[in-house]
Order: sequence, then C-alpha cells, then structure tokens
Amino acid sequence: MTVSADEVALYLKRRARWSPFEIAFWIFAFATIWLFPGKYLILKDTAILALFALSLDLILGYAGIISLGQAAFFGFAGYFAGLVAKYGIINEPVIALVCSGLITAALGFVTSFLVLRGSDLTRLMVTLGVSLMLGELANRYSNITGGADGLQGVEIEPVLGRFRFDLFGHNGYVYCLIVLFICFVIARRIVYSPFGLSLRSIKGNTLRAAAIGVPVKWRLVAIYTVSAGLAGIAGALLTQTTAFCSLDVFSLERSADLLLVLIIGGTGYLYGGLIGAVIYKFLQDWLANLTPQYWQFWIGLVLVVIVLIGRERMAGWVRIVRSLLVRLGTWLMPRLPALGGAAPDGR
Amino acid sequence: MSETMPKTTPILQTIGLEKRFGGILAAQNVNLAVEPGARHALIGPNGAGKTTVINLLTGVLRPTAGRIELEGRDITSLLPHQRVRLGMARTFQINQLFLDLTPLESIGLVVSERLGSGADWWRLVGTKSAVTDEIVEIVERFRLADVMHERTAILPYGKQRLLEIALAFACRPRVLLLDEPAAGVPEAERHELLATIEALPKDVTVLLIEHDMDLVFSFAERISVLVNGALFVDGAPDEVARDPRVKAVYLGEELDA
Amino acid sequence: MLTILYDGIAYGMLLFVLACGLSVTLGLMNFINLAHGAFAMAGGYCTVFLVNRLGLPFALGLPIAFLITALIGGLFERTLYVHVYARSHLDQVLFTIGLVFMSVAAVDYTMGSSQQFVQIPEALQGQFEVDGIGMGKYRLLIIVICGLLTVALQLILAKTRFGSRLRAAVDDQRVARGLGINVGAVFGITFAFGSGLAGLGGALGAEILGLDPTFPLKYMIYFLIVVTVGGTSSITGPFFASILLGIGDVAGKYYVPKLGAFVIYAIMIIVLIWRPQGLFARGAAR
Repeated sequence: MTVSADEVALYLKRRARWSPFEIAFWIFAFATIWLFPGKYLILKDTAILALFALSLDLILGYAGIISLGQAAFFGFAGYFAGLVAKYGIINEPVIALVCSGLITAALGFVTSFLVLRGSDLTRLMVTLGVSLMLGELANRYSNITGGADGLQGVEIEPVLGRFRFDLFGHNGYVYCLIVLFICFVIARRIVYSPFGLSLRSIKGNTLRAAAIGVPVKWRLVAIYTVSAGLAGIAGALLTQTTAFCSLDVFSLERSADLLLVLIIGGTGYLYGGLIGAVIYKFLQDWLANLTPQYWQFWIGLVLVVIVLIGRERMAGWVRIVRSLLVRLGTWLMPRLPALGGAAPDGR
Repeated sequence: MSETMPKTTPILQTIGLEKRFGGILAAQNVNLAVEPGARHALIGPNGAGKTTVINLLTGVLRPTAGRIELEGRDITSLLPHQRVRLGMARTFQINQLFLDLTPLESIGLVVSERLGSGADWWRLVGTKSAVTDEIVEIVERFRLADVMHERTAILPYGKQRLLEIALAFACRPRVLLLDEPAAGVPEAERHELLATIEALPKDVTVLLIEHDMDLVFSFAERISVLVNGALFVDGAPDEVARDPRVKAVYLGEELDA
Repeated sequence: MLTILYDGIAYGMLLFVLACGLSVTLGLMNFINLAHGAFAMAGGYCTVFLVNRLGLPFALGLPIAFLITALIGGLFERTLYVHVYARSHLDQVLFTIGLVFMSVAAVDYTMGSSQQFVQIPEALQGQFEVDGIGMGKYRLLIIVICGLLTVALQLILAKTRFGSRLRAAVDDQRVARGLGINVGAVFGITFAFGSGLAGLGGALGAEILGLDPTFPLKYMIYFLIVVTVGGTSSITGPFFASILLGIGDVAGKYYVPKLGAFVIYAIMIIVLIWRPQGLFARGAAR
C-alpha cells in the first residue's frame, strides 16, 4: 500500500479539526447564558474551575507532571489582580487579567526548575510546599493582603468601560466564559502542534524522547510556565468577579479538589477539566444540600471509589464511548456539508 | 589478529574505551573503528558487554577510561541528546516506543524535531510539506503504511520492531546503532525486518549488535567479536567465520595455543 | 534560647514517632500514604475518649491508643490499601487523600469540630527549672518516650530477624521474595506497627500539636517533609530530619512569628533543590 504526502497532511489536519461534538459543546456552553438566568453565580464558578482544571490537564495529562501546587498560581494571581484593582494600579480588568496571567507565568517559569528535579514524591512535595509557602507569606503580610479576613475594598471597573459586574452575575459569567473559551483555543492549538506532540512523547517514554533529540527539560519548563499562566488567569477571574480574595486560595483542599475534577473528567483530551468541573460542581451543590457540613466525606468517598474502580478501566470506558462518538461523528459529517464535511472516504 | 588496513578515517571510533562497575570490568581497552558507510556487526557470547558498548557510545554510560570520536570529534563528554543532534542514533534491544501514539505521529514527531519545528506550538502538525514528505518516505521504507494510524501499543511485535528502527532512522543519523533488531521477532516477520535493514541507504553507517548469525553473515561487511568486554577478533566475515578461536569461544572449547 | 532548643527537640522527636511509619511504608512498598495523619488523629481521639470520658489513667491510655490504632491500621491495610499497591503514585495520592477527607468529616461528625484536650496527670504539668532553662515536664516525657522508641526501633531493625527481613524487603522486594521472605506479611505487620506509632504520637502530641478534625490535613505536610528530607532508606535519616524540622519550626515561630511555617517550607525546598533524593538517602531513591 502506498501513501501520499497529501493524504498524510489531510489526515493530520482533519484530526485537528473541531469535531461536531466540540462545536455542540461550545454552542451549548454559550447558550447557558440564556438558558439558566438564575444560575449565573454557580455557572461562573464552574467556568473558573474549568479553566483551572484545564491548566492542570496540560501538565498532568499531556506532560505527566503530578502537581499538588496549582493553587500557588491561582492564589498568587488572585491577590495580584485584587491588589492592582484596589490600589488603582491597573484599572481596566482585561489588562489586569492579562498582566496577572503573565506575571504568574513568570512565577511558574522560576519554580519550574524545582519541579523538574527528583521523583514523583519530591515533585508533589515541592509543588505543595510552594503553594503553602505562598499562603504563609500572604498571612504574614496581612497588612497588604488582609490576612485571614481576606482582601477587602477591591473595586473592579467595568470591563472595556461598559460591562459592570453586578450582583446577578450575568456580566461576570459572560466574561469568564469568553476568557475560558479563548484560553481553551490556545491550549487546543498547543496540544495539536508539534510541541504538544513532543509533550505526549515525553509523558509516554521520556527515555526515547531524549534519544530522538527532544530537549525534554526545556519542553517541560515551557508547558509548566503556560500552565501556571492559565491557572493564574483563573485565579484573577475569581477575584475580579467576586471583588474578594482570601487565604483559602492557597489551600491543600483547593489543589486536591482540582485533582478530583480531573480524575472525574479524565485527563489528556482537554475536555476532561471542563466536563469534570461541571460534574464536580453539580456533585458539590447536590451533596452540600444533602449534608451541608459533611459533604467533604462524600467527595472523599468518590475519590476512593474512583481509584478502586481504576482510572485505567474508566479511561477504557471513556475511550469506548469516544470512539463510538467519533464514529457517529464521521458518519454525520459527510451528511452535513455546512460543517465542512469531506466526501465519504470509507474510514 | 588479522585485519585489513582502513583506507579512510573511521566515522566512529573508540580509543582504549573502558568501563568498570566496581570490581567488574565490563569493557576493557576496546578499540573499535567503524568505517563510513560500513555494515559493521558486533557479536559475542551473552554477557560479553555488547550493550555496554552501545550505552557507552550513545552516552547513557560514562566510560571510566578512553575516548569516543564521531567523525573525528571527541564526544566522550556529551549528553545523549547532544549526540543525536550530531548524527548518532540508536535502537533499543527492548522496544522503547511511544505506545499511545500512532506510527505516523511518532515518526512525525522525530521529523518535526529534526527539521526544527519541534517547539512550534501554534502551527498544527502536518502543515509543513517538508515534514509530511519525509514522513511518507520513512513510512514506506519501513513498510508501516498499513498500520500507520493504529496505536503503537496494539501493533504486532514485528511492526513494532520496524517502528523502533524507523524512529532512529528518522533522525537521519550518520551512524545508526542497532541493538539486536531481530530480538524476539517471530520467524514469519523476520524477513521483512531483514529486507528493511538491508535496504538502508549507503550513506548511513550501520553498527549492528546481533545474535542471529544468519543476519550477521548476510548483512555485515566487517565483524568485531567481543568477549568478556574485550575485542577479540576484528575482520571480514569469512575471516571471522574461519577463525578457530571464534568457534572455540562460541562452542566453549578450550583455546588452542 | 536553650528553651527553644529543648522545645524543638521535643517537637522533633514527636514528629519522628509520628512520621517514621510513613517513611518505612514509602521505602518498603513505594507507597505514598497521605492518610497517615488520620491514624495519628485516631490515636489522639482514642486517648481523649479513654482518659477524659472513661477515666483511665494517662499511662494506660497511651499504650491502648497504640494498640487500637495498630489494629485499625492492620485492618485497613488488608481490606483497602492492598488493592492500591500496584497503582501509580497519582492513584495512591488520590486514594489516600480521599481517605483523609472521609476521616476528617467522620471525626467532625462524631466528635465535633472543636479542639480536644487530653487530661494530663498532675505530675506532668508545669516545668522544671534547670540552670535557668524552663523544661516542660510534659515535653520531658515526650523526649524520654520517643527517645526510647527510637532506640527500640533501631534495635529491632538491626538485631532481630524481623528487622533483617524488613531491611531486605526495603532494599529489594523481588529478591527478598525470592529468598522466601513473606513480603506481604512483613508489610502488613510494619504498616500496622507504623500506624500504631502514629496513633501513639497523636495521643502524646494532642497537648502540644492541638487535636481537632483537621489534624491530618494540617500535619500531613510536616510528615511528608520529614520523609522527603530524611529519605526512606534508614531510621536515622528521618530522625535527624525531624529534629532539624522541629527545631526549625519552633525557632521560626518564636523569632519570626508571622512567618510561622514558612521557615520549614523554605528549608524543605532548599534541601530538595540541593539533594532531590533527600538529605540522607543512600543511592538512588525509587
């Protein structure tokens, strides 16, 4: 069987094309703005959590770095965004958001070298340690950060001068959703690029990746930096839309909950964080109504059960479902020329 | 030890290479010279130190004494990925593949890296025609076209072995080190593998470690025999085959005076 | 200043007793057990119940706490943990974090969320004055008990057959199995014992560390620091790491109170940068 370069190029391009399910997902996501008018606050929290989980998926699902310290970047940017708004240093929220992301990415870059050394356990410890350390620092400088009471007196200007964040949360949610979408598109490009492919190779077989010339360390530093930036944007979003930031952004619980979100949703295909965030928030809401004080117990139980069932087994189920959906999609595509489907080619 | 005098400078050379592990001398005074374009085989009984030599050559192990030169350049202190960039690639005795990627993706990865777009994060894989052209060439050379869209983990072992070599080849090395390529390959898939190795272009120098004597004697133009970490015999295949000491080493008979 | 040293040593030795079970577990089965702190908490609450509610003498409460926690540990090991040994580190982390959440909520539900205090006998309250150094009597007890335990542990490891089996299994599990050592049983006993020690530490430490449902979460990081800095291939490694951390924490909280635990985290990170395998690890860690 011979194969042509055009075929290969076409295959690769098609692989990266937005599937009908992705398009449906995002249409629905944006439709929620009109579908659930009373639920803006929880939807907004879900969007922020989804972005936060996306940032972890990039390093965990694509590069294989286990981290309990994403909260460090979330919290750092959260306080940064709050402080620049409070003291009027940067008034336009979008600019503040971008700056928060950039400065947090710089923090990620600096700490990446710590993270790359040692075993899984040391990595866990170092990431957790940095996170808790920042929490202690925030506590120490409570004259700036407000300490245990949280950052008070933050006032956020209207976005682009027009859209003020109000109590109902409509503008806040739309803002978060748009930011989530933009960040997602960036992450998606990264994942389907040669760089993303090299990350997957590092995760799959680091020895061989080095043996074919991949500069492993620098790729990991790069993705860790990007991931930190995205986590930072999520943290800044939270502060901007709630006009508040407190010490619990640095907590172990926050990092652990994030891992749970990704485990529920699955890692390594970008939508895991988004889907996991939705399920997690739903679960949390439902459980909190059932047993307001002890929902943490049920979350713990969910974790234990998921692990006992086995992520491999679950990943296997996910793969089966996905391949069924892909097959359905490929069947649909030729029949929907509006979506740019190619002529049926028997695959 | 009879040998034909080399006419050109060796493309890969070790001078007095030695590796000690505590009290054990895994490689001693190894003076290996591989000619450009050679089809050179390194054979020897189990435990002779052949994989140690490969690990020393590729930088996975550091020698306790001696030098390694690639195209006249001292590479003894270079890291593995740096040696890859200089034109030396290897395969592994036990497959080291990217099990979740397809052969197309794996080969595409190596080619992208080599052509400098490895760090490209905005462009999609497959948009550069130089890359796709090369992917096609390699896929066809290594007879992987019919399985190129399957996950590597589910490929038959023979195809995995071909992919193992294809990945190293995609680095476009000047020197290709093959560590027991036929190991574990079932009889039915062996001929495809051998044909592929034999069809490797002449400008790629191949150093082959093998146990399969059919492969060695049909492929190699020059054979070095390693015993207990030392180079024992080094010469053309028929010389080595006739050498009674080689037979003795393999058959365990006492060496004649 | 010497008081700080004294307090720091007491604190460090307490940390050691608490954390050494974790160290051995990690070194033995390459298993990250983040729920170790939950066993400590169990021991603490056990003692509270026995001494405060049932009126048992303190001296009796301690060993009973040890036994009960060891039993719980052994039970959990056989029923739950054994399913997760072969899994990836991430799975182990998630599993044990799940257990922590469950235990924290369960204790909160049954015992309430306020801090519990153990009724310490009169004899142990107050302090001695020696050369102008205030030496708390309770802390002296801790130093004595923990010191004895450390010596006993070292003796068990070095002089008994069980100890040599354990050391063999830590060194190379496969070879140990090949030699006929029942690694599963070794691990079960060790895990139970380590959990029991944690329980004892929790009972002893209730007075100093503060006992409430969030104990496992608060102190887990300390145990992990001891283990990562001290390495998992010996007893002495975690011992010295604990002392170092104990003194560092007490000194830090005294001299720079607002920074609190910042000092320890900084020490940990610096140590890990310098020696990723821990300060005292011998050879490559797994």
